[in-house]
Amino acid sequence: MKLTVLKSTIAGVALAAAASAAWADKANDTLRVAFTKELENVDSYFNSSREGVVLQRAVWDGLIYRDPVTNEYKGNLATEWEWIDDTTIEFKLREGVTFHDGSDFTADDVVFTVNYVADEANGVKTQRNVNWMKSAEKIDDYTVRIMLKDKFPAAIEFLSGPVSMYPSDYYAEAGPEGMGLKPVGTGPYKVVSVVPGQHFVLEKNEAYHDSPKGQPTVTNVDIRTIPDVNTQMAELFSGTLDLIWQVPADQAEKLAETGQFTVSNESTMRVGYLGMDASGRSGDTPFKDIRVRKAVNHAINRGELVEALLKGQSQVISTPCFPSQFGCDVDAAVSYDYDPEKAKELLAEAGYPDGFTTDFYAYRDREYAEAISSYLNAVGIDTNFKMLQYSALRELNMKGETPISFQTWGSYSVNDASAMVSQFFKHGSLDDARDDETLEYLNIADSATDPEVRKENYSKAIKRITEQAFWAPMFSYNTNYVTTKEVEYTPTADEVLRFTTVTWN
Amino acid sequence: MLQFILKRLGLAVLVAFTVSFISFSLLFLSGDPAAALAGETASGEDIEAIRRLYGFDRPMLVQYGDWLMSALRGDFGESYYFKLPVASLIGDRLGVTMLLGVCGISFALLTAVPLGVVAAIRPNSIIDRIALFLSVAGQAMPSFWFGLILIVVFAIQLGWLPPSGAATWKHFIMPTIVLGYYAMPAIMRLTRAGMLDVLSSDYIRTARAKGANETRVLFRHALRNAIIPVVSLAAVQMGFMLGGSIVVESIFALHGAGYLAWESIARNDLPTVQALILIFSMFYIVFTFLADVLNAWLDPRMRSS
Repeated sequence: MKLTVLKSTIAGVALAAAASAAWADKANDTLRVAFTKELENVDSYFNSSREGVVLQRAVWDGLIYRDPVTNEYKGNLATEWEWIDDTTIEFKLREGVTFHDGSDFTADDVVFTVNYVADEANGVKTQRNVNWMKSAEKIDDYTVRIMLKDKFPAAIEFLSGPVSMYPSDYYAEAGPEGMGLKPVGTGPYKVVSVVPGQHFVLEKNEAYHDSPKGQPTVTNVDIRTIPDVNTQMAELFSGTLDLIWQVPADQAEKLAETGQFTVSNESTMRVGYLGMDASGRSGDTPFKDIRVRKAVNHAINRGELVEALLKGQSQVISTPCFPSQFGCDVDAAVSYDYDPEKAKELLAEAGYPDGFTTDFYAYRDREYAEAISSYLNAVGIDTNFKMLQYSALRELNMKGETPISFQTWGSYSVNDASAMVSQFFKHGSLDDARDDETLEYLNIADSATDPEVRKENYSKAIKRITEQAFWAPMFSYNTNYVTTKEVEYTPTADEVLRFTTVTWN
Repeated sequence: MLQFILKRLGLAVLVAFTVSFISFSLLFLSGDPAAALAGETASGEDIEAIRRLYGFDRPMLVQYGDWLMSALRGDFGESYYFKLPVASLIGDRLGVTMLLGVCGISFALLTAVPLGVVAAIRPNSIIDRIALFLSVAGQAMPSFWFGLILIVVFAIQLGWLPPSGAATWKHFIMPTIVLGYYAMPAIMRLTRAGMLDVLSSDYIRTARAKGANETRVLFRHALRNAIIPVVSLAAVQMGFMLGGSIVVESIFALHGAGYLAWESIARNDLPTVQALILIFSMFYIVFTFLADVLNAWLDPRMRSS
């Protein structure tokens, strides 16, 4: 083993010294993109990164496709689908589709993929994306049925998002590790090379089927992981990158001012909120009192936060979900305007005329959390601010030891309210409200097959949650895409960078 | 001499164990590894299952013992994050870090020692002033800032060098300068102080009095003695560079072991962090040990201490 380390070390040195720089540009039809985070595994079932979603949409296809602009569901690897009963969907598959390794896409691939990912023992990283499926069954070569564990109306949404189809023979042999190093799919881009976490090279799939994703135009995509955003900007300036994304607002503003680049901003589904311990899991906390929770809601100037810090397409959010999500009824939510005087009155009524002191936790966006903290201080809630690693906060949260915390949730880009409201208000370990009435509405909404019944009950749940001020919803996030003037790209609101829609100017 | 080496070796091994144990235990304070592994959507039961599966429910001492036994066999386990063997993951990245470290320390020595010598020969001259300025600036300037300044000047404005990456030797020029510059001031000040001290000593006066030429006095008699503390400092700096090039690796997007360590801590990737800590502390210990041996060889008086 020691020898292996030594050998690969020497190989690493040699590689670093010998590999020639493959600099290209529009002339070479190569789009050079930067990732910020090291992606753990290209196999989309075994990562939980935004970068992973981007590659997933490029390399693989789902049975269904949701148009990111119109939100309309269209057939992709399936041409049509039908609910046989509440827990069975039948799909007619598209014929003549081939994987990048040349094998044909048939019902066997769907059966294998579904049965593999649905089996918890195989350890798919984001269980929520797949654990609603029980199994799949082949009817004939191009007809397949997917069986659900229970009623799950959001199935179509999940099948058009995180659930991609893998080649059965190849995946059975390669497994997640092999798939991560040499991915094979049906998607618009083939993977040419992978250096885990560091470098990904894609090439246009010339034989891409007639998919609603559209045909790719850019021939090569070269993605490097550059952790420092300043370095990414330097690469952009020196002409060695064509596209960067997730650029912080202040940097994006400066880049726009130079006039050399195209800066576009789009909202994302991520919502920031304050979670409060309404059920008193952390002991006898002031947040058990609804007046205190309402005071928190009134204390924070969310409009100012959006304008001064988040900027761009961010909006003030009053719902415990993202407004575009199915069932996220904005009108049902009680919105609390910024009124520090009222907040002080409510605190006084609740028996805290001089305020109180509480621990306040956050795990990301320190500057937002600090701004929120100072708004709370202004009405008399003294915060003992603690910034933790995500996993550490998560642990405290599950044990019910966080009286108030600044948290965010991105719903994995699933455009259904169940991906957020139901995640946090169904008495799970992260639920600090533990409200029976909310649970009742959500149980109906999550399992009803009639869309109207679902909508009605999500609305009731949202009304209940906001009336009780279990949370203080804050704002939605946004992301900036910066490209050279040679690149034409219109971002979508789901924070998925789609190479198929990139063209050269 | 042999006895001296054995004594130092024993000490080095003890230090290695102590460091690895302390780091191992500290890691458990940085959050629940099971929760980190389970990811955002996991329920309490999922986390419990993972805790049992990975053996986090066992006493820490048992976990440490287990890990150490495998590590001695060369098996560092599988990275929680990449799901790849830690040994190959580190092997892939150690090359960049080692190359950078060697270049960095060479750059530092090749610039700092001559500057220190010249500064000592002409104390308070203009060269001494420049050297002083350089060393103060080197200590005061954070390396991320210095790195970005270099990128702005040489990659963007002049376009001579690529801003980041590790594809060619050109990619290593700026990182080498940034990393080396950080170690330069200490080496230079120590060379200067050592030279000044030695040059005013009796035996140098004697050497000059008997008419030895100045070059011979400086390099044969003075530098050989003045360089001894520099050797140990350079060894420590080298250890620091191999483990501490995190900032430089991050700015220049060099995916080396330092950056891997930093990211692995944030990701609670315990097997990777533990292996890296062991490897980094081994570097440190080996270089310190080599410095001791080298010093003892250069200066026989040290062997008895």
